[in-house]
Amino acid sequence: MRLERPSAFDLDGPSFSALLRRDRPAAQPRPAPGVARVDEVVDHVEGTTVLALTYDGGVVMAGDRRATAGNVISKRDMRKVFEADAWSAVAISGAAGPAMELAKVFATELEHYEKIEGGPLSLDGKANMLARMVMGNLGMALQGFVVVPLFAGYDPHTGRSRIYEYDAAGGRYEERRFASTGSGGRDARGSLKARYTPGAERETALDMAIEALWDAADEDSATGGPDLVRGIYPLVTVIDAGGYREMEDEAVAARVERVIEQRQR
Amino acid sequence: MVAMPYYVSPEQLMKDRADYARKGIARGRSVIAVAYDAGVLFVAENPSSSLRKVSEIYDRIAFAAVGKYNEFEQLRVAGIRVADVRGYQYAREDVTGRSLANAYATALGTAFTEGSKPYEVELLVAEVGDSDVDLFHILYDGSITDEEGFVAIGGDAERVNARLSELHQPGSQLATALGWARTALSDGDELAGRLEVAVLDRGRGRRKFRRLSDEAVTEALESGT
Repeated sequence: MRLERPSAFDLDGPSFSALLRRDRPAAQPRPAPGVARVDEVVDHVEGTTVLALTYDGGVVMAGDRRATAGNVISKRDMRKVFEADAWSAVAISGAAGPAMELAKVFATELEHYEKIEGGPLSLDGKANMLARMVMGNLGMALQGFVVVPLFAGYDPHTGRSRIYEYDAAGGRYEERRFASTGSGGRDARGSLKARYTPGAERETALDMAIEALWDAADEDSATGGPDLVRGIYPLVTVIDAGGYREMEDEAVAARVERVIEQRQR
Repeated sequence: MVAMPYYVSPEQLMKDRADYARKGIARGRSVIAVAYDAGVLFVAENPSSSLRKVSEIYDRIAFAAVGKYNEFEQLRVAGIRVADVRGYQYAREDVTGRSLANAYATALGTAFTEGSKPYEVELLVAEVGDSDVDLFHILYDGSITDEEGFVAIGGDAERVNARLSELHQPGSQLATALGWARTALSDGDELAGRLEVAVLDRGRGRRKFRRLSDEAVTEALESGT
C-alpha cells in the first residue's frame, strides 16, 4: 500500500490511468520497440459497426456482434458496447484486444474518479479523459492496432444527451444527432442520415439503430447481421434519465423480425 | 562514561504514542457499523454533508473512519487505489476486505512503531458476502479485530458499544437497525447534528454501496419507531 505523503496538489490524484502509468507501467499495452507495423506479421481481431443516436430524452448506442481476423469470422457474439458508468457507455472499433482493454481501463477510470472525489466527472470531462486515452494509444495505432471508440452519455443535471466521436490520434468531436464508426460505419451513417429525425421517440430511435446495423451488415463483410440460427442479436443499449441499461435479447429479436418483414416486401 | 540523557524505554515510548493517538481519536464523534438482513449499515454523527467518514472502496467493500480527517482521507484514497489496481490486474472478485484490512493494519502498525508520529485514526473495513458480513476493526497501532454483528469506533466508542449490545439482534431490518444506531449514538438525548448514513446492500447490482439522503434517513427513522 502506497503511503508516502502525496503532494497535496497532485495533478494525477483521481486518475486511474495515471496511477497505472506511475506504479504499474508494465500492465498497460504499449507499442513493440523497433517494429514498424505489426498487423502484417500478426493476425489480429477487428471489424465492427457501432453507432449512437440521440432521441427525445436520451441516447441509443448499439453494435453488431462479429469479430474477424483477416477473412475469417473469429467470434460471433462479441461485445462492443460497454457500460462506462451509470450515465454513459463506450463502444469500440478497431483492434479487439487493445480496444477492450481501453473500455475496461476507461470504466475503471470513471469509477476511480467518482470514488476518490465523491462524485462523477462531468460528461465533457469523461469525453476528454477518453480522448487522452486514445491519444496514448497512438504508438500502437501506428503499428496497426488502431482503436477508435464512440462515447455517449446523458447528463442527469441538464437532461441532455451527447455523443462523442474520436479519431485514431485522439481527436474528439461532439455530435448532437448521430454517429457511427468501424468498418461498416459509413453504411450505418448513410442509413441513419436517411431515417434520422430530431426529437424522435425512443421506440423510433431503437428501430433506426437496428435498421442502420442491418444496412451495415448488408454491405460490410466484417459486420455481422442478426444470427437467427444461433439466436445472436445486435447489442442495443439505452441511456436516459433512468441511467444505462441493455435491451433484452427477446426485445431486440422482435424488432429485428419487424425489420426483416419490411425488407421482404 | 557516555551520558545518555535522552534515553526513553521502549515501553514508555509506545505508551506515549498510544496515549497521543487515543487522545486525538477521542476528540471525534463515533461511527457505528451494524449488520442487518441485507448487509451492513453505517451511521456516523457528522455535521458536514461533504466531508465524509464513510465511503465506498470497491464493489462489496466500504470504509469508515474516525479521528483526524486528513489522515484517514489519505488512507481511504490509498485503499481505493490498491483495490482498483488489484481488480484491474486480476479480477473484480479477487479484491477482498480481508486483504485490504491487512494492508491498513500493516500501514498503521509501521507508522506507529517507526514513524515520527502515529496516525490518529481508527478504521472499519466492511465487506458483504452472499450471506455473511465481514467487519474488520483496525486501531491506530495496527492491531486488528474481526467484529461480530456490530461495532462502534471513535471517541465515545465504549459507551456506544455497550448500548448497542443491549439493542442488537441479528437479522433485523434496515429501519430497525438505523433506530438502534441513533439511540446508541444519542444516549437518550436529542442528537445535535445530522447523521451520515450509508449501506452495503447485497441486493444491489455490482456496486453494493449506497448513501441514504437526509430525507430517506428521517423517513426510515419515523417508520422504524
